[in-house]
Amino acid sequence: MANEVCLRTLDLERPWLIEQYQSRGGYQVLKKILSEKTAPDAIIEEVKRSGLRGRGGAGFPTGLKWSFISRNAPGQKYVVCNSDEGEPGTFKDRDILRYNPHQLIEGMVIAGYAIGASRGYNYIRGEFWEPYERFEQALEEAREAGFLGENILGSGFDFELHSHLGAGAYICGEETALLESIEGKKGQPRYKPPFPAHFGLYGCPTIINNTESLASIPMIMEKGGEWFADIGVKNSGGSKLFSISGNINNPGVFEIPMGTPFSELLEMAGGMKDGRKIKAVIPGGSSAPVIPGEQMMALNMDYDSIAGAGSMLGSGAVIVLDDSNCMVKILERMSYFYHEESCGQCTPCREGTGWLYRIVHRIETGQGRQEDLDLLDDVADKISGKTICALGDAAAMPVQGMLRHFRHEFQYHIDHKRCMVGVG
Amino acid sequence: MTTTTAKETSELFTPEIRAEIDRWIAKYPPEWKQSAVMGALMIVQENNGGWLTTELMDQVAAYLDMPPIAVYEVATFYSMYELKPVGKHKICVCTNVSCMTNKSDLIVEHLENKLGIGFGEVTEDGRFSLKEVECLGACGGAPMMQIGKQYYENLTPEIVDAILEGLE
Ligand SMILES: Cc1cc2nc3c(=O)[nH]c(=O)nc-3n(C[C@H](O)[C@H](O)[C@H](O)COP(=O)(O)O)c2cc1C
Ligand code: SF4
Ligand code: FES
Repeated sequence: MANEVCLRTLDLERPWLIEQYQSRGGYQVLKKILSEKTAPDAIIEEVKRSGLRGRGGAGFPTGLKWSFISRNAPGQKYVVCNSDEGEPGTFKDRDILRYNPHQLIEGMVIAGYAIGASRGYNYIRGEFWEPYERFEQALEEAREAGFLGENILGSGFDFELHSHLGAGAYICGEETALLESIEGKKGQPRYKPPFPAHFGLYGCPTIINNTESLASIPMIMEKGGEWFADIGVKNSGGSKLFSISGNINNPGVFEIPMGTPFSELLEMAGGMKDGRKIKAVIPGGSSAPVIPGEQMMALNMDYDSIAGAGSMLGSGAVIVLDDSNCMVKILERMSYFYHEESCGQCTPCREGTGWLYRIVHRIETGQGRQEDLDLLDDVADKISGKTICALGDAAAMPVQGMLRHFRHEFQYHIDHKRCMVGVG
Repeated sequence: MTTTTAKETSELFTPEIRAEIDRWIAKYPPEWKQSAVMGALMIVQENNGGWLTTELMDQVAAYLDMPPIAVYEVATFYSMYELKPVGKHKICVCTNVSCMTNKSDLIVEHLENKLGIGFGEVTEDGRFSLKEVECLGACGGAPMMQIGKQYYENLTPEIVDAILEGLE
């Protein structure tokens, strides 16, 4: 059971074309909803029943998020799609945009209908030119076919959708930074509350969902929430796109049921490269705490299984590392990333990410001090939970994970001023 | 604030560019022209050999009824805007974890040797510049790089050579 939801047209030739999407029943469920005038609340209930949790990283239940919007409040409301895809290791939304853009469009129109919004934006990261052009072409096709714009299919329902291009800033993946960015400002996260459901884009009620979350909606509506929930396991409904990369033979995007054993996913991805031994796995994007390889081999790819091992499923970005990797060097690179990408708005994050990077960097370069590991713990603790947005936590969690499982490797670096793996 | 002469305006900000910016403006509510600033900066940058001058940013500000400082803030916040000249081909190499563990350092080294420049530099003939970038969302094709609008994946030094030879 693979490619049942977001990648269900992948086997077709030029699957991004509207005829191809329609040849698999695409836009049928939108037609049905509009012609039968399905009650918006019934749609939200169906999404709740599906157990769909936000695929952008936080795993918040999508149906519940939609129910926070007061549909009948006057004024504009917005549906915003988050295709910023910047969490290192994640490369799945790019495939949805490239290969199945119409399913995302259909999902966004249904979302608009459900929350009473007549406008939407898809925020695509600036580097994604090819996916952007595909999506733009799909928008044109959908407009021409009458699935977007005014009075869609004669139903009286209007929905206009545009894409916004980013310009290189990981922080714009954070939902309120993303809204600021659409408003033509620096992408600095807002204080919450108020949450976007009350005060979102241009101050209007807004739902923001990940590309994969929204692209899952048409199938949920077509086949029912229960069908979707049953693909997965308890607390983790549906299938999920896993972006798997690192030291493996066949990296790529795999859409498989939630709860699939990691060992099976690794096998689909061709197993370890050069017959090397698996050392560690970062299971949910670079901010997810690392899990040792043997432990990972016994886990399943669902929220609870990964959380039970002290990490998180996040965006489903699985980075597999073999025994040639020095964990100090890996952490150094990740810490550099968070320091570079901090928007600088709050002190614990701005200063703390710099400290984390400098300390790991000096350990990596043989300048580490005996007190450094405690210092790393301490700085990570001082960032966690004390910042405006979750980038602070995202920077702290990998440090905490590395020290939990690979402290000895860091200690060796400090004691011997070199790497125990023979690479760093 | 820098003033722009009429001549510069007509040369740097053609009707075609204005039309392209207008397409962005049309995507947003009429009172939110500012939303078009990112698109506008990208268009203007592309038409100026890949980088932004203060004059260009001021023009964008005037066109979108924004204070120039608000445009500078945007231009300095996002990493794809360049405030210094870049090469005709801006080579962006990802060195984040998945690329790093697939030996992006060899790609970087190869490019540096071949072009005789490091990150943040431009070759003397102005053809190439090198830039280190964070994960570009193509880790399945690690190591990878972007040149202009194009992604190049599963790189080896030989593949890099072939790609560069194929560029104008
Ligand atoms: C620093 C940071 C970066 C993020 N990057 C992304 C991203 O690239 N894509 C995404 O969908 N969500 C990202 N998120 C999560 C969003 O804030 C938000 O939770 C998500 O878009 C909601 O959609 P979902 O509920 O469908 O997952 C990021 C969060 C943080 C704190
Ligand atoms: S936690 Fe970091 S990225 Fe988030 S708002 Fe604060 S400084 Fe900016
Ligand atoms: S780590 Fe290089 S593209 Fe993601």
